[in-house]
Amino acid sequence: MSSSVTVVLPAHLRALAAVDGDVHLDVPGTPTQRSVLDALEARFPMLVGTTRDRGTGLRRPFVRFFACGLDLSHDAPDTALPEQVARGVEPFLVVGAMAGG
Amino acid sequence: MPGTRVLVGTRKGAFVLTSDERRVDWTVQGPLFAGWEVHHVKASPLDPDRVYAAQSGGWFGQLIQRSDDGGATFTPVGNDFTYDGVPGEHQWYDGTLRPWAFAKVWHLEPSLFDVDTVYAGVEDAALFRSQDGGGSWAELAGLRRHDTGPQWQPGAGGMCLHTILQHPTDPDRLYVAISAAGAFRTSDGGTTWQPINKGLRSGEIPDQDSEVGHCVHRLDLHPAKPDVLYMQKHWDVMRSLDAGDSWHEVSGNLPSDFGFPITVHAHEPETVYVVPITSDSQHFPPDGRLRVYRSRTGGDEWEALTTGLPQRDCYVDVLRDAMAVDRHESCGVYFGTTGGQVYASADSGDTWAPIVRDLPAVLSVEVQTLP
Repeated sequence: MSSSVTVVLPAHLRALAAVDGDVHLDVPGTPTQRSVLDALEARFPMLVGTTRDRGTGLRRPFVRFFACGLDLSHDAPDTALPEQVARGVEPFLVVGAMAGG
Repeated sequence: MPGTRVLVGTRKGAFVLTSDERRVDWTVQGPLFAGWEVHHVKASPLDPDRVYAAQSGGWFGQLIQRSDDGGATFTPVGNDFTYDGVPGEHQWYDGTLRPWAFAKVWHLEPSLFDVDTVYAGVEDAALFRSQDGGGSWAELAGLRRHDTGPQWQPGAGGMCLHTILQHPTDPDRLYVAISAAGAFRTSDGGTTWQPINKGLRSGEIPDQDSEVGHCVHRLDLHPAKPDVLYMQKHWDVMRSLDAGDSWHEVSGNLPSDFGFPITVHAHEPETVYVVPITSDSQHFPPDGRLRVYRSRTGGDEWEALTTGLPQRDCYVDVLRDAMAVDRHESCGVYFGTTGGQVYASADSGDTWAPIVRDLPAVLSVEVQTLP
């Protein structure tokens, strides 16, 4: 079983991955932050290390994950994403945090 | 006609400035990687089309970009800078120990000997090498594991390895500099390292004869005299005649011996350039006058080069990697400022003109002399 998850990347990462719009990923099993990011990095290897630390797998401090109007940034990486994300109704958003003054 | 390509890294992207040998009319390409900090851009001395860029940012971390067409297009390559083994600890500002943690790449140094080999100096201080054109990186961990490593501490800009010099004929001989640990030399390709800081005097540390702890800002050498090294330290301009075994001060008549870059003329091994900065707390030129100083005697005797440079109300800084020379018959000298100007001289510094005036703060300037 896999889910078709829509990922919205911030402009810098879209440029890096050379994509114009949303990214649609087939994610095996129940989608989680980890499995979505694994699928994202498998398809776009240049994004490895940009959203989470290579060694620890932890979210980079100035990256946020949103979906369905919720901030999921502090959820454990293996927590199931909202069902609407798994069904492809709502996107999973990777967001550059408000920073820079 | 031979060409000139100036590679500029800034706080908000990279720029490629191109001219012919006359270096009068310039085209400006950029910003590349707009919005990202580009700490350094440097080309291979063996293949002018091979250009590397160190791209980073607080949001999305470190990337390395490679061009194989002279900077027209870039492709992301490897960005895994994982320390070898358990990285250990170094001094923190408050005297406690902190684990080594990768922050960003400060400097990229393509090899003089192999087109696919490139070195990277990173923060927290370590030296990495790629032998596949930036695809993958391996730490030369003997440096970080030096006995003095736990004594190293960051300067105000972070504990960065910012300078990598290669011996012109011996691929096993490298020099690096770390703020604020000092200068180090290897003679076996990076397996073992020796601190080379004897003769440095730093008022900011209690033991003047300390093996490490000196805030070296930049090193340079001329390939015709590879055992003669020049150093801009936090304070003091220094020279070594014995490959760094000992240093003596050559600040001479400079209006301030604080500064960041130091660069040797392309054809005259005794001709050296610095940009005096007022002090460690006043990072701008003395008296608001932007002056490059040139010594034709390996230091001690310096002349101010001012023609074409602002001589009033100028309060920019020139950072350590932001000065370079080309190899045209009439040597060109270039530097960039934190105010976004890139100045060029096509006559060894006698006269200057801005190539561009309003870039983001300039972090690095490198030059290619194209056939």
